[in-house]
Amino acid sequence: MKGPREVDISDILPGELKRVSWQGKAVLILRRDEEALKSLPGLDEKVSDPGSNDSEQPGYAKNEYRSVKPEYLIVQGWCTHLGCIPTYARKGEIAEIENWQGGFFCPCHGSRFDLAGRVFKGVPAPLNLIVPPHQYLSDSVVLIGDDSGAA
Amino acid sequence: MNTIVKFLYGFRDWVDDRFPLMQNWNEHLAKYYAPKNFNFWYFFGSLALLVLVIQIITGIWLTMNYKPSADMAFASVEYIMRDVDWGWWIRYMHSTGASAFFITVYLHMYRGMLYGSYKQPRELIWILGMLVFFVLAGESFFGYLLPWGQMSYWGAQAITSMFGAIPVIGEDLSIWVRGDYVVSDVTLNRFFSLHVIALPLLLCGLVGAHILALHEVGSNNPDGIEIKKHKGPDGIPLDGIPFHPYYTVKDIVGAVVFLLGFFAVVFFWPEMGGYFLEHNNFFPANTLQTPEHIAPVWYFTPYYAMLRAIPDLLGGALVMGAALPIFFLLPWLDRSPVKSIRYRGWKFKTALAAFTIAFLGLGWLGIELATPVYTNLARFLTVVYFLFFILFPCYTSPTDSVVTKYYRAGVKWILRLILAYLVIDQLAVMLDDKQIIDNAFLGFVSGYALLVILIEVLGFYSLDIDKPVPDRVT
Repeated sequence: MKGPREVDISDILPGELKRVSWQGKAVLILRRDEEALKSLPGLDEKVSDPGSNDSEQPGYAKNEYRSVKPEYLIVQGWCTHLGCIPTYARKGEIAEIENWQGGFFCPCHGSRFDLAGRVFKGVPAPLNLIVPPHQYLSDSVVLIGDDSGAA
Repeated sequence: MNTIVKFLYGFRDWVDDRFPLMQNWNEHLAKYYAPKNFNFWYFFGSLALLVLVIQIITGIWLTMNYKPSADMAFASVEYIMRDVDWGWWIRYMHSTGASAFFITVYLHMYRGMLYGSYKQPRELIWILGMLVFFVLAGESFFGYLLPWGQMSYWGAQAITSMFGAIPVIGEDLSIWVRGDYVVSDVTLNRFFSLHVIALPLLLCGLVGAHILALHEVGSNNPDGIEIKKHKGPDGIPLDGIPFHPYYTVKDIVGAVVFLLGFFAVVFFWPEMGGYFLEHNNFFPANTLQTPEHIAPVWYFTPYYAMLRAIPDLLGGALVMGAALPIFFLLPWLDRSPVKSIRYRGWKFKTALAAFTIAFLGLGWLGIELATPVYTNLARFLTVVYFLFFILFPCYTSPTDSVVTKYYRAGVKWILRLILAYLVIDQLAVMLDDKQIIDNAFLGFVSGYALLVILIEVLGFYSLDIDKPVPDRVT
């Protein structure tokens, strides 16, 4: 599967993650709830690139939620450190980290990302998770790998 | 003399007229005079050679049944384990051999550090040995991908991505190395080729050169005294004994004991609790799922812990990349006229002990999950690891020669500035987080205090006083 692919996102419950393959790499689709979205501005101090200025994402995903629809985060499962797939860890799931609001944890070298895929300070990964080009074909279907025609 | 023996001698002489048979036999075995005082530490060179032979022979038979393709690799390894006659035995010897290789080579290198075997006139032996170690590390890395399990796959993925840390050309370089955007069938094929032919050829050549260089200058010994300084009227060193039969017999004893342990592991604990064969590698490679807990095999964990401890992609790769090449400099960093630890001063002993603790500690941390406390501990030990090398000229120099004087002064102020910067930086972060008087804070304070003591005492407090070296070996 090297070309763009359509993914049905209607079956993802709030707080759940869907994992699909695109170009042989994993793409992570996370449906965030209200609480998750509210936690993001408070983390601006703790992440390296809060405004995603150095990170890689299409223009339409360069915003505070790093997504087209605030509810759905679509990022590549490719740790910007050395290319492992970060694991989704819910709020409180990483006991060693005080006040863990939920996000991603890379099992290879311990890098952590928040629920918008923004990398925390003091970990080996330099940049936020990459947002692949994508567009919504309808409320329930997203096309990953192609954004021609998207705003 | 009966006719058979006569015939054998005749055959030998026939060969000897056409090939330097006896000359080589004498030069490298029967008339190679080695110091008479070798001890336990001197087993590991010959044992490493034995493991090389085991790896080559078992490797030949494994290759007969292995299929280097992403679709079939994992299944073909299971086929070797279950259906090939004695296949499990051959594979377990090969996988145990990989760990045995690093055990023997690490101990062999540590012997060199204990007795100053890298020092003049054996610098080239040391350099060739380091090259052997590098090729061995590559050999082990390429071989680890071949079973195509989860750890194989993600280990290769992380290491090949490391080229991406190089500015500008990094991304393209890592794609060129892999031959694909991710580790794939193409990568597996080229790793197979490198593992079974390219690196083994290089390895054998380098090992040969290592031994030739050794036999040119002669072996060091636990006293670090040159036996060639005292020769009898026949030109033979007074404290030397012919390698064959004396050390061939000694090494055979070592080999027997080693093989007892080796086969105990092969037969009873081939996975060694997940350290020799990792649990996650019994799952086929899954390109969509990185295992929950990932760690390299035990012999790479010290460098892995360093990589993980540095909060920067390029910085981490540089530190890890420097951790081994820095050993090349040992012969020139060491300013002491004394070779063996037996006659060195307390500073060298303290430094070597600190280095040993740092190496073992990092090895342990590389196995554990990276919690914030462990990450900080790994940072601390990484600094100790490198201080051993940076301060080496300071604590081994018996005199304040002009060069060491400037080196000492330069290192002193650079280290003090770096340390001051780190302390201020850390305090600022902690004040920000208002976590000023908790355990983490106390950990930092004691860590920095230890570093200051190490640097000031080993580096700059008085000169090291060596003990007098006897004239002859003891």
